Amino acid sequence: MAATQVVQSEWTKIRSVASTVWTLSLAAVVTVALGMLISLLSADEWATMSPRERLSFDPTFISFAGMSLGQLAMIVFGVLVVSNEYSTGMIRTSLAAVPQRGTFLFSKLAVATALAFVVSLATSFVAFFLGQAMLGEHSASLGDAGVLRAVLGGGLYMTLIAVFSMGVAAMLRSPMLSLGILMPFFFLISAILGNVSATKKVGQFLPDQAGSKIMQVVAPADNDTPYGPWGGLGIMVLWVAVALLGGYTLLKKRDA
Amino acid sequence: MIEAVGLTKRYGAKTAVYNLSFQVRPGAVTGFLGPNGSGKSTTMRMILGLDNPTSGQVTIGGFPYRKLPNAPRQVGALLDAKAVHGGRHARNHLLCLAQLSGIPARRVDEVLGVVGLQDVAKRRSKGFSLGMGQRLGIAAALLGDPQVLLFDEPVNGLDPEGILWVRNLMKSLAAEGRTVFVSSHLMSEMALTADHLIVIGRGQLLSDMSVKDFISANSADFARVRTPDTEPQQREKLSAALTEAGGQVLPEQDGALRVTGLPLPRISDLAHGADVRLWELSPHQASLEEAYMRMTQGAVDYRSTIDQRSGLQQEMPPGAMPPPQMPVAGQGQPGWYAPPPPQQGGQPFAMPQGQPAGPYGAPAAPAAPAAPGSTGGPNPYAQAAQPSAAAAQPAASDLTKPEDAR
Repeated sequence: MAATQVVQSEWTKIRSVASTVWTLSLAAVVTVALGMLISLLSADEWATMSPRERLSFDPTFISFAGMSLGQLAMIVFGVLVVSNEYSTGMIRTSLAAVPQRGTFLFSKLAVATALAFVVSLATSFVAFFLGQAMLGEHSASLGDAGVLRAVLGGGLYMTLIAVFSMGVAAMLRSPMLSLGILMPFFFLISAILGNVSATKKVGQFLPDQAGSKIMQVVAPADNDTPYGPWGGLGIMVLWVAVALLGGYTLLKKRDA
Repeated sequence: MIEAVGLTKRYGAKTAVYNLSFQVRPGAVTGFLGPNGSGKSTTMRMILGLDNPTSGQVTIGGFPYRKLPNAPRQVGALLDAKAVHGGRHARNHLLCLAQLSGIPARRVDEVLGVVGLQDVAKRRSKGFSLGMGQRLGIAAALLGDPQVLLFDEPVNGLDPEGILWVRNLMKSLAAEGRTVFVSSHLMSEMALTADHLIVIGRGQLLSDMSVKDFISANSADFARVRTPDTEPQQREKLSAALTEAGGQVLPEQDGALRVTGLPLPRISDLAHGADVRLWELSPHQASLEEAYMRMTQGAVDYRSTIDQRSGLQQEMPPGAMPPPQMPVAGQGQPGWYAPPPPQQGGQPFAMPQGQPAGPYGAPAAPAAPAAPGSTGGPNPYAQAAQPSAAAAQPAASDLTKPEDAR
């Protein structure tokens, strides 16, 4: 079974369902629009900021503010790509056609990841440029130190969120269960753990908090994270790898 | 050729399939029969390498499915007609399956034509009826032009034309020398389609023989004999006389007798000789369905009970009696095989009322009017004289009541 055949088939699958278009475009639109809005509000707030706040003002990171919401659509994309197979029962037909389950899973993930990466990267650049346009005189430019890394990192971050969701969905199979765990995890639990000082040490090792460091250009004033931007992304990659390994191991030995 | 050897599958404490060994040969349609939950689908999934057997093995052409080179070109399967993404076009669904095994896209249009879905190829399968879904599933199975075909309940939801089409398709596929393995719980359908039968119950093999052998082993003629209900001693007398003459006599639930081993005229003569009046003497043939049910009755997992509706019972108007319960074949009555008598409660046949009293000799059709709401008295003729009784009857029974009985 040539992997290219499976990749081709997975591409047909992914492009022929409406949820792909909906979730990805929602992720892009929400990220860009919310980023613009918050950039605009931040620009207005500049006048009332303390010098300390002005010092740690990070125009690049602010233009990515929409990602906290946009990533939820990315999670839905990742979950649906994998769990669609299970919720429809298509998985049996697919696995009967591709008895090599590793080939099947990783071809599917490769196609979905590539698509998510293209959309994420474009979203990241658009969010950056439009956000900077809103920030006006306080904006950063792509040529500034660390900015290009942050913008590329924004694309990587969103992609990894999607891949992490795919891994979790491959483990849990049910779309409802996967979304029911991932949504509150990224939207609530991570934020709560990160904002309570007692749990902050733990919270900063969660995939989204660690990964989002890559989008920061100016470190916040009370920065005490023990890793840098790439270190943070590395931590996120570890999370993703664990999720994928779990999904693969379960698919390999489980009855379909 | 599919070969299972000692196939066993346990899910926790439940054994779905136990020590199943069989062969499915090429060039014939092999029917795979069993009640719901008997392990048919589990076996199918194990053949396709989707579930791992707890012990034993199943091979196709000598290979376990997962080791088959280019499996989708050798084996085609329809497992579940609804196992498609509802938002995907029929054509795209088949296209992604075709691409998996390197089948060119024009083959997709071919099979769409074969199953008659070419006009809805660009429609989302969400809107498909069960029958259309079955056709789509069959199209997917045919994609790779495989030598081995598995169909799990392919005729579910198909219209009579579709059933006939599937039947002919299976036969022609087998005639081309392919191995065709079809599961069903409809014995009657399999009797028409299959050449060979494998019957399982509770995950164990009950029978593995050709349909011809199955029919000759299991279908026997018998006569139904009925003596006046009012005189039980006549029944005993006739029983003794028939047994003495070499017949086998089995009592039926409704008080009739099932007689085998004696021709009808002889039974009549014996009754006459014994001075016993007969209310019924009719020829019957035990259908394959009946033979199959007898074979699997010990292995049925899900059996319905009679719905007493006591939770819904309303108080009856004074004088009215609840309508008599009409036993339904298969409901809570494991021993029920023969068709129910045309009417319940010792009434004579309904012929004088102009009603077709159930086709004789065709045990499948209890076509008698469902105890025609005659709650006022046991005899419908008595009712005609007192039409006021009809007012006390529930409305529903009015609908089923023969017109001329009012």
